[in-house]
This record gives sequence, C-alpha cells and structure tokens, in this order.
Amino acid sequence: MIKAVLVINTQGKPRLTKFYGFLTVEKQQELIRSVFGVLCSRAEKVSNFMEVDSIFGPDSRLVYKHYATLYFIFVFDSSENELAMLDLIQVNPPAFQCFVETLDKCFRNVCELDIVFNYNKLHSILDEIISGGQVLETSSTEIMRAVEEISKSESASNSISIVPKTVSGWRSR
Amino acid sequence: MEQLKTIGRELAMGSQGGFGQSKEFLDLVKSIGEARSKAEEDRIVLREIESLKRRIVEPGIPKRKMKEYIIRLVYVEMLGHDASFGYIHAVKMTHDDNLVLKRTGYLAVTLFLNEDHDLIILIVNTIQKDLKSDNYLIVCAALNAVCKLINEETIPAVLPQVVELLGHSKEAVRKKAIMALHRFYHKSPSSVSHLLSNFRKKLCDSDPGVMGATLCPLFDLITNDANSYKDLVVSFVSILKQVAEHRLPKAYDYHQLPAPFIQIRLLKILALLGSGDKQASEHMYTVVGDIFRKCDSSSNIGNAVLYECICCVSSIHLNPKLLEAAADVIARFLKSDSHNLKYMGIDALGRLIKLSPEIAEQHQLAVIDCLEDPDDTLKRKTFELLYKMTKSSNVEVIVDRMIDYMISINDNHYKTEIASRCVELAEQFAPSNHWFIQTMNKVFEHAGDLVNIKVAHNLMRLIAEGFGEDDDTADSQLRSSAVESYLHIIGEPKLPSVFLQVICWVLGEYGTADGKFSASYITGKLCDVAESYSSDETVKGYAVTALMKIYAFEIAAGRKLDILPECQSLIEELSASHSTDLQQRAYELQAVIGLDVRAIGSIMPSDASCEDIEVDKSLSFLNGYVEKSLEKGAQPYIPENERFGMVNISNFRNQDQLEVTSHGLRFEAYELPKPSVQSRTPPISVASSTELVPVPEPSYYRETPQTAPVPSSSDTGPSGLKLRLDGVQKKWGRPTYSSSSASTSNSSSLKVVNGATQVDGVSSGNSKTHETSYDSRRPQVEISEEKQKLAASLFGGSSKTERRSSTGHKVAKASSHASEKLHTSKSTTIYSTDNAVEKPNLVQPPPDLLDLGEPIVASSAPSVDPFRQLEGLLDSAQDPGTFGGTKAPDFMALYAETPAGGRSAGVAPPLSLNRDGDNLIPGLSNASSNTVHGGTTVTNPSQISKGPNVKEALEKDALVRQMGVTPSGQNPNLFKDLFG
Repeated sequence: MIKAVLVINTQGKPRLTKFYGFLTVEKQQELIRSVFGVLCSRAEKVSNFMEVDSIFGPDSRLVYKHYATLYFIFVFDSSENELAMLDLIQVNPPAFQCFVETLDKCFRNVCELDIVFNYNKLHSILDEIISGGQVLETSSTEIMRAVEEISKSESASNSISIVPKTVSGWRSR
Repeated sequence: MEQLKTIGRELAMGSQGGFGQSKEFLDLVKSIGEARSKAEEDRIVLREIESLKRRIVEPGIPKRKMKEYIIRLVYVEMLGHDASFGYIHAVKMTHDDNLVLKRTGYLAVTLFLNEDHDLIILIVNTIQKDLKSDNYLIVCAALNAVCKLINEETIPAVLPQVVELLGHSKEAVRKKAIMALHRFYHKSPSSVSHLLSNFRKKLCDSDPGVMGATLCPLFDLITNDANSYKDLVVSFVSILKQVAEHRLPKAYDYHQLPAPFIQIRLLKILALLGSGDKQASEHMYTVVGDIFRKCDSSSNIGNAVLYECICCVSSIHLNPKLLEAAADVIARFLKSDSHNLKYMGIDALGRLIKLSPEIAEQHQLAVIDCLEDPDDTLKRKTFELLYKMTKSSNVEVIVDRMIDYMISINDNHYKTEIASRCVELAEQFAPSNHWFIQTMNKVFEHAGDLVNIKVAHNLMRLIAEGFGEDDDTADSQLRSSAVESYLHIIGEPKLPSVFLQVICWVLGEYGTADGKFSASYITGKLCDVAESYSSDETVKGYAVTALMKIYAFEIAAGRKLDILPECQSLIEELSASHSTDLQQRAYELQAVIGLDVRAIGSIMPSDASCEDIEVDKSLSFLNGYVEKSLEKGAQPYIPENERFGMVNISNFRNQDQLEVTSHGLRFEAYELPKPSVQSRTPPISVASSTELVPVPEPSYYRETPQTAPVPSSSDTGPSGLKLRLDGVQKKWGRPTYSSSSASTSNSSSLKVVNGATQVDGVSSGNSKTHETSYDSRRPQVEISEEKQKLAASLFGGSSKTERRSSTGHKVAKASSHASEKLHTSKSTTIYSTDNAVEKPNLVQPPPDLLDLGEPIVASSAPSVDPFRQLEGLLDSAQDPGTFGGTKAPDFMALYAETPAGGRSAGVAPPLSLNRDGDNLIPGLSNASSNTVHGGTTVTNPSQISKGPNVKEALEKDALVRQMGVTPSGQNPNLFKDLFG
C-alpha cells in the first residue's frame, strides 16, 4: 500500500503532501525533513529507489523523481513494485508533468507556484489515482475523464472554474 | 530577465485564469517561496495565520472567499503550522450544497482530521446524506472521505450505503465503493467479513477499472488466506491472459503495454496462490511464459512487469523453462546501465538464488560491480543478496566486506541491521574460532552500542560452551584466544558498554584459566575498566564480579591472594556505592575472599558456568505445606485456564493476572466480594511483584542443587525446567533485567536452545577443509585480477557447497550431552510421577537462518526429557523415516498451531540466579521472548493432563504474551516463607 505522496522542492519546502495514514502535523514535518535530508544527499545518476525503514518504519520503500526544482516522492511498502511506482509518477502527467514540464521550460518558480495554486485540483487528481493507499486507476485517459467531469460539473454549478483550460490539453496527450 | 520572469508569472496566472484565488494568496505563496530562511518563512506564515483567524470568523463572508480561506489553511498546515482553529469551518463547508465548496470541504477535512477526531461525528451525517446523492460526483467525494475518516465505530453507519453503491451505474462510484470496503476491511476485518464475497463478484465487473480496483482487496485477502481463494486461480489466469492479449480498451495501454498495472497486480496474486501448490502453478506456466516473451523491456513499466514475472516464478512451483526465462531477464537487468534496473536485477537474483544457486555464478562480476557502486541503495541491496548466498566457503570475504561497509556508514538504523547480520553469519559459518572472535570484536568495537544485548549474551555463551565439539582443547583454545584478544583491546578508549561487559565476563571466567596471565595482571586491567567507565554501573558490576571470580579461582588453586591496592580501593569505594547492586557485589566479594579453600571450591568452581542444575520443578517439597493448608480449609489451587474470566478482587490473584484480566472493558457485573476466609493465600499464589528478592548467598545454592531445590515461584506456575541457582542476582527490579532473567538461566533448556537455534561453528573437520580451500583462493595483490578473485571467493564453491545445515551439529551437541541426559531423564521421571505440568519449550531458530528451506526444527521440550525430545526432532529433521517412537510429529503439529510463529516460548524459570549473578546467558534466540509461562501449577494435579495441556499451555502462553505481560519472576514473599 502507498503510505504517502509528497512533492518537495529542492529547498526542502513541501509543495504537496498526502499521507495515507494519519500523522500529526509535527510528525509530517519531521518525515518531510528527513526525506528531504536523504534525497538531497543522493548523487545524480543513481537509482530512484531507496529503502527508508529508518524514517517510515519497517518495510518502507521510496521512489522519487526529480523534475527541475521539485522532487516527486512516493512512499510505499513491499506490496508495490518499485518500477511501477516510478511510472506512476509519470502516469500523473496531468498532475505533474503538465505543469512541471510545460511551465518549467519558462521559469523555475512558476511550476511551484502553480502546484500550490492548483492545490485542490491536484488533490482531486491524486484521489482519482490513489484511494485509501491503493492504486485505484492507472489509465490516464480515465483519470482525465474523471477530473474533467468534475471540473465541468463544477463550473456548471458554480461560475468558479477550478480546472483550467489546460485540461483539454492533457486529454490530447 | 526581470521582464521575462514577469511574463512567466503571468503565463502561470493565465493557466489558472478565473481561478478565484486572490492576489493576497498569490503574494503569500510568492513571499514564502522567496523566503530566505526558515525563520522568515515562519514569520510570514504566522502573520497569515493571525489574519486568517481574524477574518474567518467575520460574519457574512462570501462562500467563494471562504473556500479560499480553507485552501489557505490547508497550505499553512502543509508548511507545518497549526491550523486547528479553522477545522470547524472546513467541516461546515462539507455541509454546503454547492459541489465545488463541498469538495473543497471534504478535501480539507480529509487532510486535517484523523478518524478519531472529535469533529468526525459532525461529518458522518453529511457523508450519509451525500452517499445517497443523485450527483455521482458528490457520492465520489463522500466515498473519498469515507476512506479516510470512518473508523471502526462509525463503519456500521455508512456500511449499508457503501455496499449498495457497489451496484451503482457509474464505474467511478463502484471503484470507490470497493476501495471504501477494502479500507473497512483494513480497519476492522470483522465488520465486513460477511461482505467479502462482494469482492469476488466485482471481479467480473464489466468495467476493467473496477476489476482492477477489486484486485487490491483480493490481494490482501489472499495474502492472509490463500487457500480459500484457490478456486479463483483459473479466473485470474484467464484475466491475465486477456489483458496480455490486448483485450482491454486502448485507454488502459501505457507505453504500448496493455494495462501493466493490472498485470502486475495479477502476477502478485498468482505468486501468492501458486506458492507451494503444484496444481495451481501449472495453470500459470503458459501465461507467465507468454508475458516473458511479449513484454517489451525497453520501457520502465515493461521491466516492472518482467520483474513481477520473476517474483512470480520464484514463488510458484518450480518450472525449469520459466526459470531460464527469468534468468535471462535478470541478466538483462544486471547488464543495463540504469541503476534502477540493476537494483531490480539484484533483488530478483536474491529471489532466484534459493532455487538455483548457479544463476548467481553467471553474474558474479555484475554483482561485484554493484557492491562497489557509489549508489547506497544498490549497495545495500547487494549486501542483502550476499547475505542470502553466504556459506562457509565465502563467509570470510562477505563478512569482511560487510564490516568495512558498516564502519563507513553513519546511518545507525542500517548499521544495526548490518551488524546483526554480520553476527548471525559469523555464528553460523565461522571457519575458525580465532576468526570468529576477531570478527565479533570488530563488530562490537564499531557497533557495540547498536547491537542487541542478546548478541553479547550469545557470544559469552558461545565462549563458555565452546563450539559444541567434544574435545575440550578446541574450547580452551577459543577461550584463550578470546582472553588474549580482549586484553589487547581493553586499552582502547571508548569501547561500547556491551562489549566491555563481554570482556569483563570472559576475563573473569577464563582470564586465569590457561595460566598465561597472572591474576594480578588481569585484575589490574579489570580495575582500569571499572575506573575509566565509572559512570557505567553495569560495566562496573561486571568488573567486580569478574574480580570476585578471579580471586576465588586463585584461592581455590591454593595460591596466595595478592590484591592490588587499586582493587582494594575500588572494592571499598563500591561498598559505599549508591547503587545497591554494586554494593552487594562488593560485599560479596569481600565475603568470598575471607572463605577457605573448600568453601570457595564449592561456591565458585572454575569453568562451571554452563553446568546443569537440577530443579524440582513440580515443587513437590511443598506438598506437605499445601496439604496442611488444605486441611485448614484453604482453597485448592485452580489452574489458570479454569479461573479465566472469574473476577476475583481478593488478593488471591496476583498482579500479573490482574493485568491480564483487566485489559479492556468489562461489561458484566462484578461478583460479590467473597468471604475473607476464602482469600487465604495459598502458598503458590502469593502475590508476586517486581520487587526485590533477598539475594541469597551463593554458597547456599551451589551446594544443594538437588536436595533443596528452590521453587520457581512465578505467579503463573513453576513451568521452568530448572533453575540456575548458583549465583547472585543482579539489579533486581530493572525492567530490562526482568525480561532477560525470565528467559535465562535454565541450563537444561539452554542446551535445547543451543541445539536448536544456536548454529555453531563448523565442526573441526569441516573448518580445516574450508580454511585450506579458502587460502588457495585468497585475493591477490594484482589489481586487474582483484575483482575476479573476489568473485571467485564469493561465488567459488556455490554450487558445490551446500549451505551448512545446523542440524548436524545439533545432533552432535545433543549426543555429547548423553551422559547428562541419562541423568536428567532419571530425575525427571520422578517428577512426572508427580504429574508435573508439561511445559513445552518451543524453540525455533530465527527464520532467516533457514531460508534455504531446510526443515524447520521446532523442538519442544517438555519437562520430561528435553534431550530425548530434541533428539527425536533432530532425527526427524534429518531423516523423516525415523519419526516413530518419538513425539516429534505431535510437537511439530502443535507448533504449527501456535500463533506466535518464530518466537520461542516458555523456557523461563523466573528466578535467574546465574553463576556470577550477571545473568549472562539469554535463554532463547529471541529477545522478545519475554517468556510467560502459561503452565498451571502444582496444587491440583488432577487437573493436569498431559496431552491437551501442552497445547493449552501454548495457547495461553501466546495469549498472555499478546497481552504484553512479562512475568517479573521475583517473589519475595515466597522466599520469606521458605527461608525466612
């Protein structure tokens, strides 16, 4: 099962955190700090996997991906497959790559700002993919459809549009 | 540049056009992003919290604004600040009818609250309502919240609706409903146990996404109980086949692979179902073979599927063709440049190596490359692999490497792990005594404070008992080499406390044994230790006891006692110590010095640390007393199993049992108090506690082990076999101590332990051959060949040498005690006429010792004759044909029923009076075996039947241990009754 999904920037500031078991705010901060501590000491061109028993308790692994100024981190146990988790980070293109890759080409900070601004949207995408710590849906088209439907009905019910135009862009990806 | 930045930002803003966030929030995020220090960031956030606190309570805030505030709260909390003042507003927002606001509310509460939070009660109602909503998006949002916020108590409130939603027309809802059910199963399996068939049904859902989601709960269910799902093997195989053949909608393709995540999950499930089941496995061969062939290994996800295939192959019944395919894939992984793939390759290799050790040989160089890789993750994985393939021919190379690595890292967690692995391998495969001692020294020196204290106890026991060979010369060589190396090391600064304890004990016990070193030299060293580690009382205690032993041996040998002035002053200082333990020891030391040769010879016989002591475990000498009490109208003893559930508020019940019964709430009414006559305390159930026991004079026990055995007066029963009573106990009442004391000091069971769990060094014949063969293979200086040499020494004999089974030794060990055994059996027959309680000793080696699938030796040694039982088991382990006549099969079966898998149960005379009072020998292989005796006690022999009792005792044992009760094992009152 997946224990946590974290997005941390290269200065150690959390950008998006989601823990699938309840932890106190202090504990969350502590975990984020220790994860960041381990990650930033890793050289480039090494594997994306780590065993993090010392941080998250026994049977914990971590997969991370470094995009520009952000680390995307999945923490999970032995019932998941590391390589698959690594790809799950990439299945998330709507959530991550879209912002990271497209906007990051322009400016470093933009993507981070954007992740923060689209906070609830990111969460709803994540909720489509992972539910209660289990990978629920992995077809990115399906995910996009779900997210889009949410945004459509939201804009219908309210003039506030949560999901920006780029959604249609994701679909064509 | 500045301009460009602005444009960029505007671009970013553009992407959330009409997003509803205000400039304020933007500025907040920006300023936090630009904060130079944590302090600055904190200041900004605190200011934000202040303003939010103020504004969130203002009346008439537009909803849109409120939503932003909630999101800002989430943001603030993500940065590590307390936002609890706003939780209630998030809860309120879930009540809103507007979808956007509702979703935001749910998002915030799932992030803010845990399932036991007080506010949950306010949300349950909303969730109930929303689960019935017509808008499926609202239902989904509610289901998301259900996963996170519903706890065991509130499950019934939403369960019917969630089950109903399994049949919802939208697949997104069905998926989430399955996940919610799964979550309920996690939290409280009993609440949904009647609904598990739903998961099977949903496997046939028309939507592949729903089917895929169903695999998650099924995987968990099958992990717990594979047998009930064997009938699904065919379905899983056919699903997997269809998936692999691209029958799913294109939407599920990922990198041209059909639904890889579903494939992975299915392979995991098949691995579980096919494990140890030939018939089931045969169904899988074709489809797994197909996937091996089809899977494209150029993409990450393709490799993930391939890796899962390997795991599956290694778990199901062996198929040579698939094994070959798996080996090919591993080769590809290991040759790849990607560290990720190498990592997976090493991991996969570790799985296959159990099945066919040759595979590793093909990849030796790749493995060594990984070992030298700068990537820590990869390195550790490789060490794990090496650990799995260690055998006596390569143990030296591997352990040396491990120790080098251990020294080089700072991560204490991993250091501990690797240190304990070193110790384990060294104990298991040590080619020579000398090497073993040297290795242990290194481990202790560098990670002494991290290793389990048990390891030190093991080492001491090993030195005391030798490697199990019959000839004493090898043992004494071992001891003198230990003494020598310790005297060498002792001068080094800052040794870990655990290591010093070992050193002191060995020097005390064997320092003067071979006559190489004079008593004054060794006592001088011991004094130095005590002085330079003066803050460590344990070490000082060990040192003083060691001094006492050395003086006693000197006197016994008839030599003139020459007490160094520094020793004298140390003893004087300690006899005024604040620590009663140290004081006690110092006084004892002084008393011992004053005795004559004969007396000392019997208190402190040299090299007697592992002798057996007879204990009358049925406490038959108390019979007279018991009868007398019964005549006087005392209540007969009721075995624990019969009084379970009886409420007893009198002092009849002792503390520990009270603890057991008082766990959890009791709903039935309390009984009326009994008349006080009934609560007259029978002798055996005197309230026990962790209080101090008067420390008996060592001489007393030494001389009378058989004539006046001391009762093991634990509250739960005298289930220990024998006591080691020849010494002074130390540090009464410390929690750490009581647990180890409970599991120690029974020398007969110790032997059993030794036989079964202790994997001794190689027998002398063996070790010689290994040594010589190793020498010829020792890596040489040429750099170009170094790696190959290393490879040779690692992999050299892998196909030839079997991992040495420890059973051979055990038999040797058991038979070497044949004479004692005769003795024991004689005395135990006497006990058995007393209808002694049968107390099984379950001893299981730590599972990883046997990971090559050797027969698991579960030796259960009841009071009757541990050695015979052990032998029976060992015989059966070696040759299944010779089962007959021994009780072995029964015990194996019983063992299998014990829930407490690898834990060793039930040795444990509660009083552990060790020879020198240091309680050096941990009884069992498991530190956590806080052995609680479930055995019943003496007064009512008619209650005790042999057969079922073993099982009962086992169950009870497990139960009591689950409750976390540790018998303290000291019982002052009883002592007073008996001796005072």
